[in-house]
Amino acid sequence: MTVGLVIVSHSAKIAEGIVELAAQMAQDVRLIAAGGTDDGRIGTSFDRVSAAIAEADDGGGVVVLCDLGSAVLTAETALDFLDDAQRDRVRIADAPIVEGSVAAAVSAATGDDLEAVLAAALSAAAQASGGSPAEGAAASASEGPAGDHGAVSATATLRNRSGLHARPAAEFVKLASTFSASVTVNEVDAKSLLRIMSLGLPQGSEVRIKADGEDADTAVRALVELVESGFGEE
Amino acid sequence: MGLDTAWARAWVSRSAEVVSEHKTELITLDREIGDGDHGENLDRGFTAVLAKLDDLPAEARPGDVLKLVATTLISTVGGASGPLYGTAYLKGAQAVADADSLDADAVVAFLTAARDGVVLRGKAEVGDKTMIDAWTPAVDAASAAAQSGAGGAEVLSVAAEAAERGAETTDALVARKGRASYLGERAIGHRDPGAVSTALLLRAAADTASAS
Repeated sequence: MTVGLVIVSHSAKIAEGIVELAAQMAQDVRLIAAGGTDDGRIGTSFDRVSAAIAEADDGGGVVVLCDLGSAVLTAETALDFLDDAQRDRVRIADAPIVEGSVAAAVSAATGDDLEAVLAAALSAAAQASGGSPAEGAAASASEGPAGDHGAVSATATLRNRSGLHARPAAEFVKLASTFSASVTVNEVDAKSLLRIMSLGLPQGSEVRIKADGEDADTAVRALVELVESGFGEE
Repeated sequence: MGLDTAWARAWVSRSAEVVSEHKTELITLDREIGDGDHGENLDRGFTAVLAKLDDLPAEARPGDVLKLVATTLISTVGGASGPLYGTAYLKGAQAVADADSLDADAVVAFLTAARDGVVLRGKAEVGDKTMIDAWTPAVDAASAAAQSGAGGAEVLSVAAEAAERGAETTDALVARKGRASYLGERAIGHRDPGAVSTALLLRAAADTASAS
């Protein structure tokens, strides 16, 4: 079971575009677009949203992302009509629809549960509004006491054409998330896709990977290897 | 005869007429401070309700009519007014349950539940320049009228009048919900289309009640 996503927008094109964008980084996640009205106008459709929630849910739950006001109202109304068991595993994320969808999709692709996928979407909200919880976490990790294990770090060069962006960034986050150690890339949280993408690291950049925790050594080695492999790109 | 299923059906028919008559006015109001689709959306919604009204079984109760309005508006309107009015009619229908006709207390229960449904969905308060500025005065006036012994039709008439006055008060307000809230002080001087349509629908309820 995995978490599915429903993208509710007033515009069918926006919803489909977000699904396309997020799918680039999370191929195996059920991403369902529910944009526009039944007859193709601007607006939101209760029936489309209800059908999309049903399609996105394999029992692992659904996170719904919405654009302007009435998209939220339509999604909430759709939730009202679900049976209790199903409603319990649907969450409406109060997050920016593009960034939140991408972050949630990557989280779902890594096999996170419903609350974790929701949290990923919400972390995008915090970043969009200027707060940066991930940055704070990264700073305290690098400044704090090294703990029992000590920090490990290494540098690698981005060889692939798109740099640490889009699909490569998502792969990097997925791998980083498999380790219990805290990991940073150029001082930002390596488990936060949006933080990494906001670094905007192009081909040829040097990345400094630092890890702190029990499996820090393995983490740094694996991530350096991934970067040096060029992510299977040219 | 009272406020029975025949009244509920008449109310729906009258609502469809009124919304259609005022479609241009609602579109104009919404274009000034919103996205301009309120009149068209409501018109499409009530036209769809009207088409389904004949399919209701003969033994349908007022609550069944109201529930049909709710589900049809929710799935056909498209804009914010679909979920908002849909929830209003749905909660209102639940409040009157399977009564054969509505007395004054039932009318108050319907209006209160409908208003609470809109608040639940839209989280607006009085003064936010929304349909709540029509609904809440209507509920308060209806409740007072029922307490002083008015009948169901009279309670609806008092509610409609309060909703109309409430809609007028939105002229002076800055919007705090919905698309109009992006306009800030520029919304002042414009009447809220949702409050206007609420007043129209309650007036339709009162007119059909006094005729029945």
